[in-house]
Order: sequence, then C-alpha cells, then structure tokens
Amino acid sequence: MQTLLYKELLRFWKVSVQTVLAPVLTSLLYLLVFAHVLEGRLDVFPGVGYTAFLIPGLVMMSVLQNAFANSSSSLIQSKVTGNLIFILLPPMAPWELFLAYVGAAMVRGLAVGAVLLAVTVWFADLHFAAPGWILIFAILGSAILGTIGLIGGIWAEKFDQIAAFQNFIVMPATFLSGVFYSIHGLPPFWQTVSHLNPFFYMVDGFRHGFFGVSDVALHTSLSVCLITLIVSATLAMRLLASGYRLRN
Amino acid sequence: MGASLPAPAALEVVSLVKRYGELNALDGVTLRVEQGEFFGLLGPNGAGKTTLISIIAGLTRASSGRATVMGHDVASDFRAARAALGVVPQELVFDPFFTVREVLRLQSGYFGLRRNDAWIDEILDGLGLTSKANVNMRALSGGMKRRVLVAQALVHRPPVIVLDEPTAGVDVELRQSLWEFVRRLNAQGHTIVLTTHYLEEAQGLCGRIAMLRSGRVIALEATAALIRRFAGGRLVLRLCGALPSALEPLRVSPTPAQVATPADPGQSGGPGALTVLRVEHYADVEAMLAALREAGCVIEEMELVHTDLEDVFLRLMAEDAQSDAGRVKLDLGRGLGVAAGAGKLA
Repeated sequence: MQTLLYKELLRFWKVSVQTVLAPVLTSLLYLLVFAHVLEGRLDVFPGVGYTAFLIPGLVMMSVLQNAFANSSSSLIQSKVTGNLIFILLPPMAPWELFLAYVGAAMVRGLAVGAVLLAVTVWFADLHFAAPGWILIFAILGSAILGTIGLIGGIWAEKFDQIAAFQNFIVMPATFLSGVFYSIHGLPPFWQTVSHLNPFFYMVDGFRHGFFGVSDVALHTSLSVCLITLIVSATLAMRLLASGYRLRN
Repeated sequence: MGASLPAPAALEVVSLVKRYGELNALDGVTLRVEQGEFFGLLGPNGAGKTTLISIIAGLTRASSGRATVMGHDVASDFRAARAALGVVPQELVFDPFFTVREVLRLQSGYFGLRRNDAWIDEILDGLGLTSKANVNMRALSGGMKRRVLVAQALVHRPPVIVLDEPTAGVDVELRQSLWEFVRRLNAQGHTIVLTTHYLEEAQGLCGRIAMLRSGRVIALEATAALIRRFAGGRLVLRLCGALPSALEPLRVSPTPAQVATPADPGQSGGPGALTVLRVEHYADVEAMLAALREAGCVIEEMELVHTDLEDVFLRLMAEDAQSDAGRVKLDLGRGLGVAAGAGKLA
C-alpha cells in the first residue's frame, strides 16, 4: 500500500506544473476578477471584506476539485491504457487500494490549497480564528472528494464519462456551495437547495475556521461531512471488494 | 515419522466456469500443472485461454469452480496466490510516467519488496535492458517494452510464471533471446505456463500441453505423446500423371508453405502437380510409391514430412468441431421430435 501511495504521489508530482501550479493560477484569476468587481460593494460578514471572504472559499474549492481530479484521473488513465493490470496483479486488499488512492488525492488537494493560501494571504486581511477547524475541514473535504473521485474512476470506462462526472456533478456542486457568496443572500428556495449540497457544509465549516462565523452551525457542518465521508467510503470499498468494472 | 505431504500443484483449476451472459467463455475446465513444468495452453482465438489466465491471476472472477496457485485459492487466499504468480500480459501496456527502473522498483514494492535493486539489476542484465534502465517507458521500442513486461513479472521471484502470447509481433532475434531466458528460468525451477499461436514454439518448449476449444479442454497430454497419437506424416509429391483412384482418399490439402515452395527447376520435364498424401504408418509409403509406379505417374519431387504439433492441433480442432456439429443436429432432432409430439397433442 505504501508503494502505491508513493507511486500516486510521484505521478502527480512529476507533472506538478499541471497538477499544482495550474490550479493555483486558475484560482488566482477567479480572485482577481471577483475581488476587483465586488470588493467594497459587498460585505458578507460584518467587518470582513469581500476579498477576505472569497479566499477561503477559493482555497477549499481548489482542495475539493484537485482531490477529485487526482484519484479519478489516475484510475481512468490506468483503465484506458491498460496498466491497471499492474495494480490488480499484486496481493493488495481493497482497503489498501482505497487508502492509497484517497491518501494521494488528499495530499494533492491539500498541497494545492496550501500553495494557494500562501499566495493569496497577501491579498487581504485574513483572520485565522480557529486553525484547527481549517485543518479538520480541509482534511475531511479532501478525503470526501478523493473518495468520490475513486468512485468516479471505478465507474467510468472512458475519459468523457469522467469528464461528464466532473463537469455535471462536481463542478456545479463546488460552484454552488457558497464559495463566492453567503447563502443567506439567496432566495429561500435556493437556500434550501444549498442545504442539500454536502459541498456547502465543507466550505462553510472551512470558512468558520478563518472568521469564527458561518452560515450554519459548526456541528451541523461537521456531522454532514462525516456522514458523507462514511457513506462514500463504504460505497467505494464495496465497489473495490466486488471488483465492479475492475475485475469483471 | 509420517509421510511428507505431496507438493502442491503449481496451478490447479477444477470445474472452472465463466459466463458472460449466454456465452460460456469457460465451460468446466479442469487441469493441473505440476511444479517445474513447462506447460503449453493452446487454442484458437476465443477458446478461453486468456479468460483462464485472468481468473488464475485474479483479474476476473469465475462464475463457479476453483483455481489454486501453489495450493492457495485465488479467491479466498488471494495474497499468497498472487505472491506466487508472475504474469506477462499479452498487450503492450506500460505506465508513461516512469522509467524502467522506477517501474520495476514500484512493482517490487507492490509485492512488499523494498530493497530489491540487486535482483532488478540481474533481471535487467538477463533481458538486455541495463542500458535502458533510466529511460522513460514511452521512449522504448515495442520489443524493449515487451522485455520490461517480462521483467515486471519476475521482480518478486514467483515460482509460477504465466506468459500470455509473449512473442506476438516480436522479431526473430528478440523471440530467440526471450525463449533462451525463459528456458533458463525453467531450468532454475520456475514453472512456466505459456500461451502462444506459434505452435512450433510450443512443440519445442513445452513438455505438456492443454488444448482449449470453446471453453473446454479437448486434449491434455505430454507433447510427445500427443504427436505420437497421430503418428505418420505427409508425403509431399510433385507428380506428372493422374493420382490413382485408390490413393484419392489419402489426399489432403497442402499447407500455404508447401504451396509457396516453387518446383525444383533442375528436375526433368515440366513442373508437376503438387499432391500431398496422408501417411498413417511409414510402412505404407512403399505401397503408395508402388501404386504410383503402376499407374505410370512420374515423381518429380518427393518429401516425407513428419507430423508436427500444428497437424495435431488442426486435426483435434476439426474433430471437436465435427462432434459439436453432431451434438447440435442431435439436439435439433430431439427438439423437433418434442415439437412434433406437442403438435399431435394440441
């Protein structure tokens, strides 16, 4: 398992310009555009400028999207090129495959988030009210999306299937999770819809670690994240154990 | 003092079935490969060879039946079974992110081997890959990638090695060096299981052979015994004159190689007709030549070709196909009889 984890880390590190630097640049562009347009015009939390409000959301969005991308892309590439056989032939149990793929996804997600935070901390007056919660929600979020990426990689048999998974499920869910806005500014219907989106709780809990305030109670966000992780991990383990679309 | 337990089979499958919907890719396969054997698994495309290997390797789940590697069940004791097995896949697959040495180190790590560089160096040397050790897999030729596949199957020193058509699309020189390497492995005690469409390779390398057709084992015997079972050969002639009617039942189709061989221009007369006769017993050759002489045939060229594995393979496949056709007719007949009976009752 350690070797597979090492291989997955090495895989994304060898193309770190694409896997780490490019997502950081993309998020910086979002920051520059939205901050330029909305700074001074929108104070979501009292005493917190829009740029400062936006940065944690962008960091968490990067963590989630890159964690998903790492596990999903690794698995689908291996399936399409056929070199998945080198993972299936050795005596590795399903839980070992799970921990290696999700672990590497978490490292990539957290690495991108850390680099982005290090770069953007100079753009606004960020608070770190509860750093422990920042870390907890970052770890939970990367684990959940790493697991969902693993599920997507197992299910998909072609590149465009995983792209559809990403573009029609993951991207909308992250964009509509309160990254760019507080849900309290939304009409009641869309507030309800947001409450059904587990990504919202990851972003909200993460942002609580910076400002000490959040749209929903912290224990609610924590509970939803833990339940989402347990459900997705259980599904992923069942798929690995059954060999679904891996060992036909 | 009790008797020691018999050594487990290198590979054993019992009543193995694999269904894909209505299709039985494997239909109750049972065979056993002893430790140290060089075993051939032959069959036409779609016979079930790769499905059988995939089940043994844990890449596919059987619908029913049992498979073991060195006595370990491939499903319930998969760790021990997979640790004892090295598989060289048929397709040229590789990970484009890593060099040759990185690939072999990673493969070693998957089997729990951390400091394996000394053995990796030995494998690289044995397969002529030392100069390519730090080259990215993408940059290798097809032949080199094929060698790396063999190396990957050997990093954990498995007692059983399965090679799935390892010389498909490979040049003669690489084929010879690969077989030399594999023969050395077998001499060192590794069990080798080979699938190939090159029957002359199987005949030269394998001590025992199983032939699969439509998911069933239709032959399982020592190679020499299999060939002896169809003793005799082919009498290849260039004849001037009509073949006597008594010899017509022995006429068989020439192989493409025989058709392509041009007539010897040094012989007198014009080029005669290529005629190939089946020889059941070598003692019959004298009578056949006498019959040709009496009929006034002139033999311009003559060659006695011994039965080889390809002949045996083709005959067994044809016999099994005929049996299948007979079974289908019988089933249809029974079905029609049942339908007719039902019609009478209606």
